[in-house]
Amino acid sequence: MGKAELPLHAPGTQVDKGYIGQSVPRPNLQRLLQGRGAFIDDLRFPRLAHAAFFRSPYAHARIKKLDFEKARKANGVIGVFDGRAVAGYCTPWVAVLAHLKGMKSPPQHAIAIERACWQGEAVAAVVAESRSQAEDAVALIEAEWEELPVVVDMEESLQGTKIIHAELGDNVCFKRELDTGGVEEAFAKADVIVEDTFHFGRHTGVCLEGRAILADYNAGEHSLTVYHATQAPHMMQDIFSRHLGIPEANVRVITKDVGGSFGIKVHVYPDEMATAALSVMLHRPVKFVADRLESFLSDIHAREHRVKVRLAASKAGEILAFDLDDLTSIGPYSVYPRTSGIEGNQVVNLTGGPYRHQKYRAKMNVVFTNKNVTCQYRAVGHPIAVALTEGIVDLAAQRLQMDPAEFRRKNLIPDDAYPYTFPSGIKFEQLSHHKALDLLLKTMNYTELREEQRQLRARSVFRGIGLAAMIEVTNPSPAFYGVGGARISAQDGATLRLEPTGMLTVLCSVTEQGQGSEAVFAQIAASAVGVSIDKVKVITGDTGVTPYGGGTWASRGAGIGGEAVLQAGRALRANMLEVAAAILKVDKAELDVEKNCVVSLLTREKKIDLAELGRVAYFRPDTLPMDFQAELTVTRHYTPRQYGFTFTNGIQASLVELDPDTGFVRLLKHWCVEDSGTVINPMLVDEQLRGGVVQGIGAALLEECLYGPDGQLLNGNMADYLVPMAGEMPDIVCAHIETPTRQSQLGAKGVGEAGTAGAPGAVMNAINDALVPFNARVTAMPFTPERILKALKKI
Amino acid sequence: MKAPSFAYSKPQSLAEAFELAEQPGAKVLAGGQSLIPSLNMRLSAPELLVDITGIGSLRGISVEQGVVRIGALTTHAQIERSPEIGRHAPLLAQAVPHIAHPAIRNRGTLGGSIALADPAAEYPACLVALGATIVVAGKDGERLVPAEDFFKGLFEVDLRPGELVMAAEFPALLKDERSVFLELARRHGDYAIIGLAAHKAAETRFVYLGAGATPVFARRASAASTLEDAVSVLDRDIDPPADLYNSSTTKRHLAKVLLARAWNTLTTSH
Amino acid sequence: MEHANDITLTVNGTPVSRRVPARQHLVDFLREELGLTGSHIGCEHGVCGACTVRVNGEIVRGCLMLAVQANGCSVDTIEGLSDSKELAALQKSFHERNALQCGFCTPGMLMAAQDLVNQKSKATREEIRAHISGNYCRCTGYQAIVDAIEEVLNGQG
Repeated sequence: MGKAELPLHAPGTQVDKGYIGQSVPRPNLQRLLQGRGAFIDDLRFPRLAHAAFFRSPYAHARIKKLDFEKARKANGVIGVFDGRAVAGYCTPWVAVLAHLKGMKSPPQHAIAIERACWQGEAVAAVVAESRSQAEDAVALIEAEWEELPVVVDMEESLQGTKIIHAELGDNVCFKRELDTGGVEEAFAKADVIVEDTFHFGRHTGVCLEGRAILADYNAGEHSLTVYHATQAPHMMQDIFSRHLGIPEANVRVITKDVGGSFGIKVHVYPDEMATAALSVMLHRPVKFVADRLESFLSDIHAREHRVKVRLAASKAGEILAFDLDDLTSIGPYSVYPRTSGIEGNQVVNLTGGPYRHQKYRAKMNVVFTNKNVTCQYRAVGHPIAVALTEGIVDLAAQRLQMDPAEFRRKNLIPDDAYPYTFPSGIKFEQLSHHKALDLLLKTMNYTELREEQRQLRARSVFRGIGLAAMIEVTNPSPAFYGVGGARISAQDGATLRLEPTGMLTVLCSVTEQGQGSEAVFAQIAASAVGVSIDKVKVITGDTGVTPYGGGTWASRGAGIGGEAVLQAGRALRANMLEVAAAILKVDKAELDVEKNCVVSLLTREKKIDLAELGRVAYFRPDTLPMDFQAELTVTRHYTPRQYGFTFTNGIQASLVELDPDTGFVRLLKHWCVEDSGTVINPMLVDEQLRGGVVQGIGAALLEECLYGPDGQLLNGNMADYLVPMAGEMPDIVCAHIETPTRQSQLGAKGVGEAGTAGAPGAVMNAINDALVPFNARVTAMPFTPERILKALKKI
Repeated sequence: MKAPSFAYSKPQSLAEAFELAEQPGAKVLAGGQSLIPSLNMRLSAPELLVDITGIGSLRGISVEQGVVRIGALTTHAQIERSPEIGRHAPLLAQAVPHIAHPAIRNRGTLGGSIALADPAAEYPACLVALGATIVVAGKDGERLVPAEDFFKGLFEVDLRPGELVMAAEFPALLKDERSVFLELARRHGDYAIIGLAAHKAAETRFVYLGAGATPVFARRASAASTLEDAVSVLDRDIDPPADLYNSSTTKRHLAKVLLARAWNTLTTSH
Repeated sequence: MEHANDITLTVNGTPVSRRVPARQHLVDFLREELGLTGSHIGCEHGVCGACTVRVNGEIVRGCLMLAVQANGCSVDTIEGLSDSKELAALQKSFHERNALQCGFCTPGMLMAAQDLVNQKSKATREEIRAHISGNYCRCTGYQAIVDAIEEVLNGQG
């Protein structure tokens, strides 16, 4: 299927591409470029108080005694509070979902009451006139602890000799098994069986802006306004309402500029709930911004997995079956409300995703530990599923002495096989794996790179080329969370309003954290309505203003929010033409809107500009027919319905050079081919891919939250936890294929997470490709020089 | 992370600085690029910061009678830009770009770096390789301490209470002398996993950073006549402690790799 | 007890006199005392670069300098350099190439970039990457930033 023909007009009208498909620079960037943004920490309020938290130094300990006497007397202190005090204002929560059968987790309070279950868990709160004074007071809190047994290792946790929550009986939060049947037979008749065990290091998001919340309770009207760096303001509105006992309509959540989130800021954090509770308790605004050290201790971590995988293949190179055993460890609590079982669940759903085998068996256990909590982080589960799949696929190709690209070509689901149901039960509407592979190999000059690799090897220069084919979940329906009982909305809405001067205001329930949601909505709205983009103003992130919706997660903003904007835009255009027809006294079928003007549909001659239309509609409706009412504000909502998840596909490649003496890997280049359906702004899509790829590179080479045997985080600062910086990153070439989804008029699928999903696997495969002459292989991320030197048997 | 409370004083003379620095609970503040992060992280709680950056006599780079003298308050950026250093102390010129990042190099000082003596710092190893002398002074007068004696232990240097580093002095590079600085780090500006300051003058000195509590002068390897000999004795010269990501064994291996690379550079004809 | 010192300095060309806690770092002073919230806090230990400002013409980490140390100094922040138009070419190039997404690293990144542009008339991509190697960005993956700086450097003629 070729590039999307996007009919933006009502049937029978002329096609004007508008801004769809154009790399329009984002209109809202000027203020950010000038340092004139408004991040939560930039806001000023009268009587604003500051919260700081006393956090457990132990990974597991009973709180015997907390003495606040000295802390309360410190300068500027407004109050010092323990878990019981805060529990009087905020009820606890349990993070399970009904459709993840058997999932269990104990109740969690905003501030821990009986015991601390991870190093860094907040056990007391100080509110003071300044953050400095709050921290001074925290240092004066005296505590007595009874240390409890600590569970750190996931295998040990699974064995259950030390149980973290006695009432649960074991340490298993969630487990799942899946079996298509016929797996043993497939392995029995296979010509080639390869197996490997992959380890993925726990790591975290490291958003440059720390988690930030400013809660402002008004005792006079029992209302709470929360300025919150969150991806899902409506979800938080519901949660503040229910847990703080404030009627939903009295809770308003406003997101301002958000300094990166990547999933980190879509979860419920106990210290943020405590901050809101303290505002209610103290009748004044209270702010909490997580500093970098506490971010490492308390922002969700993710992706700690040990996965054993086997692949059965015929000697002709056909994959027959995958067999998977995934063990993943989370913290001591499943995180609210999305639960910490989703990541492992996705590994089961997605392993082997691009390929057309029919037999699949998977076993997955999610176990508690006394390390920091974990939950969904950009690309949730995909980086693991893609890396282990592509890693074992490469191993099979190597065993069969087939080129890795050719092995994939033999096994990728054909481009005409759709709709297609995959062995794990997920359904694909339409993907383009083969087209993507062709485009990748051509774009990267694969054959030439292989030849160059061969020549360089002869001169002891060791380059590696790694591929990673992938599928990605986007635009989810309520199948993700809603069906499990979570009050997480999978639908979104957009209100478009033509202003009297002919400008267009767009209110949308999807939010912005830098990915360009507002720009994309402006492009769609301008195109759908017929105004120029400089006339469009987009407002997101305010539950008091926008329609109700889900916000940003699971790569759904453009596909779902954008569709709502498109439909509202088309409906508004129709309403505008009715007003114009009434003003001009002609049939609306003779009219169209183009470049801020109502024009003749046939001749394109200007008939009335939108500012004039607005003037009449708003200020002179007395000049219009008696039975006519102009309706220049339109709202539409959209929910993806036919497919539980709208899958996309892509394929990435990494080119590396390995120094076998030092174990250092130099990233020479990276390629990313992605099919995300209709592309609204190619530049923004490319930049999402690039940012995502670099995040994935971080996971592959640099990032790991290191814990000692007593559950102490060893590297919780920016010098010791290594994030990708500019000096080591490659240039990334992006290319697009567009297979629109037919579930919406826009046809856009999601793309925000694709880069992160595929990059770790591509880099791993490239390193292992470079190691081929040494008969060495690495399978534990991150691939530090030491791990590579060990594989090379240099140490 | 907000620093705990402390008082601040900025002496205008050395005499005043010596007196203030001697007080219990006082810490000397120069560039602040190591001290201030430790304060922000509440790793230390001094009562008084003594800001010595107002003392002009501690600045400046000079080359006189074959001796390079770098004042303690000379910033890394000044060393990086200095034509004198480029010509007379290429070892330092090669090392400086490895120190953190430009914004930090604009404030961090040579004196601060060597007084702190972080085991992964670049200058201490370079100064030992150059056979430098650290000029130290206090209210009782000036002392000259050979660099290899100045660095005594983990963050421990030969500075008595109330004393300050005045300068570092070392011979300017002669025509047939060579030096090379090598460092291994995962990212630009990171603390080194391990580094090597190599200086071939009358004697050859291989001095490692990141291989011990202080710069490690690998004497046996330095005295070896072939690379093979040097590599084979290196294990007796260094006993590097592990860090978060690299075991002692890994560091030993990397030390040998650097030794071979430095040796080859030093012995390659121009 | 809180120790405080009087300071007088110039911020974005305007003389400023204040009494500051000795322990307050420069970027907290700019943000809290002067309301110049364009300089951001990302780590407070000097690694991320979000707080990069210019003091006496040199870029520094605002979190690693005490406000009291800025006494007698001339400080330039993102707001001042935007209004003076010194950053205009970089800002335009950043905008057109989407060299910012969330914008949180951007003021510090622009400071570091302008520092390079002021020092050199051209630079390779590797040199550009090295100069901004101390400015953390999680959103862009850096390539668009390098492209934007390269465009301005090459355009200087």
